[in-house]
Amino acid sequence: MSKLGLITKGFVKDNPTFVLVLGMCPTLATTTSAMNGLEMGLATMFVLILSNIVISLVAPVVPDKVRIPVYIVIIATFVTVLQLCMQAFVPDVYETLGLFIPLIVVNCIVLGRAEAFANKNSVGDSALDGIGVGLGFTMSLTVIGIVREILGSGSVFGWKFIPGDGILAFVMAPGAFMVLGYLMVLFNKYLAKK
Amino acid sequence: MLLCLTAVCLFCSAILAVTYAVTLDPIAEASQAKTNASIARVLPAFSGNPELLSVKVGDVEYPYYKTESGVAVLSTVNGFGGPLSLMVGITGETPEVFNTVVLSHSETPGLGAKCVSEDFSAQFKGWNPEQKKLQVSKDGGDVDAITASTITSRAYTLAIANAVEAYKAIAGTNEEGGQDNE
Amino acid sequence: MEYLLIIISAIFVNNILLAQFLGICPFLGVSSKLSTATGMSGAVCFVITLATVVTYLLNNYLLVPLHLEFLQTISFILVIAALVQMVEIVLKKISPGLYQALGIFLPLITTNCAVLGVALTVVTKEMAFGGPAHMMNLGEATVYAFATALGYGLAMCLFAGLREHLAMNDVPKAFRGLPIALITVSIMAMAFLGFSGIV
Repeated sequence: MSKLGLITKGFVKDNPTFVLVLGMCPTLATTTSAMNGLEMGLATMFVLILSNIVISLVAPVVPDKVRIPVYIVIIATFVTVLQLCMQAFVPDVYETLGLFIPLIVVNCIVLGRAEAFANKNSVGDSALDGIGVGLGFTMSLTVIGIVREILGSGSVFGWKFIPGDGILAFVMAPGAFMVLGYLMVLFNKYLAKK
Repeated sequence: MLLCLTAVCLFCSAILAVTYAVTLDPIAEASQAKTNASIARVLPAFSGNPELLSVKVGDVEYPYYKTESGVAVLSTVNGFGGPLSLMVGITGETPEVFNTVVLSHSETPGLGAKCVSEDFSAQFKGWNPEQKKLQVSKDGGDVDAITASTITSRAYTLAIANAVEAYKAIAGTNEEGGQDNE
Repeated sequence: MEYLLIIISAIFVNNILLAQFLGICPFLGVSSKLSTATGMSGAVCFVITLATVVTYLLNNYLLVPLHLEFLQTISFILVIAALVQMVEIVLKKISPGLYQALGIFLPLITTNCAVLGVALTVVTKEMAFGGPAHMMNLGEATVYAFATALGYGLAMCLFAGLREHLAMNDVPKAFRGLPIALITVSIMAMAFLGFSGIV
């Protein structure tokens, strides 16, 4: 696969949210607004890139038996690094995303990429793969966030263009499932047409 | 296998140790800055560092910050969706609420969550509980509740009332303390 | 009384799947048949309760006294992974029947964020059940974890029942599979919103 292909495949072909349906929990929980979705996506991308790089470095020397525990330790380390850095430099963002920052550890995307890609590819390719999948995830989360923010609070990235309250259900739990469901339908339609 | 596990653990511990050391001070500063910003919002201008103390009213302990211009009491009650945490700045001898700020809440977006906005909280500025009753108008008090969110408004009001009680207790202990010294 | 409030709140009001969005991946993955959904719920129930008790003790008697709270994430996930392995081995030895029933679901539970989520919530978040907000003690934490797991099982089994019926209907092509499932969950979540505010 070409280097460019590695980066762009996350957008449509291997989109982690709409096609592979991985990492659903942060996708649903943190997308109450476009900004929150974007921040969550970037946080996940940070862990994804670093863990992909380190795992592709250590993969040749790690025995098969202890592979998964080693990967989990590496991922958990970078998640903790992310937690500490966010607490120090962007405490407000850390507070909004709350529990879902430590939960990046159990995000299937991160461990999935380690298993499916990083442990049998070079460092450079693994880094690009991390960027690609991370960008795809960030994009999906931002799109869901934009839709929910427009319908739920009548604004985009905090810029309000519809006065009043909006449809509150879309900011709350049911709206998350519904927006994701309908976006998936649109995505399926688009893929079927191609 | 053992060697590999040990190496990975050492490597990870090293990364964590470095990050922890580097971020320790910024984290402390960030949380301090946040607290100071809240205190500055709920109390009139003051100089010097606020002092963290706590007071017991009944079974409940209220942490508070003491400054020269007044006292900022932390008060947590049950809202509609979970705990509702306020910082209430109180000044003067006859307790008067200077301002309030919501520290954390889990109220319904668009309904109870409006308690964060000035539209609701501005009415408590300069509130004197002796002249105006700290209860929502539905319960016979003087507080204008948020439309369709009586439970949240009630909780907010209760948090302030509790803070006022705590303030009285603080003033009381100070007097007693003074008497003890004499 | 307080324990009753914890149970109602954890099962209905703050349902872990429909209100807190934890453990969605296995929820969508194994809920197409009622029998597998029941098996998964059983395994999750068992592991969540056990993991919460162990991580609670670990946190309060090791991490907090040593001021190592920042290691919560990494130590909890390791404890959970080890625990799941241990439960698997023990079950295999003492109760092969139960192992047969839960077996295939157990390894999946390590990456179920509901387990880590509940363990972290219990030690980091102040909760209020009727009285003033406070950190949970061991008894409350155990009840909370068990009730949360029951809520997980309830939502999972209800949804699996719905999905079995959905499979027999003529769904438009683009909606087939997950999209229609998500829209169904959305309606279920709306129904569960009706419980909010009762605790």
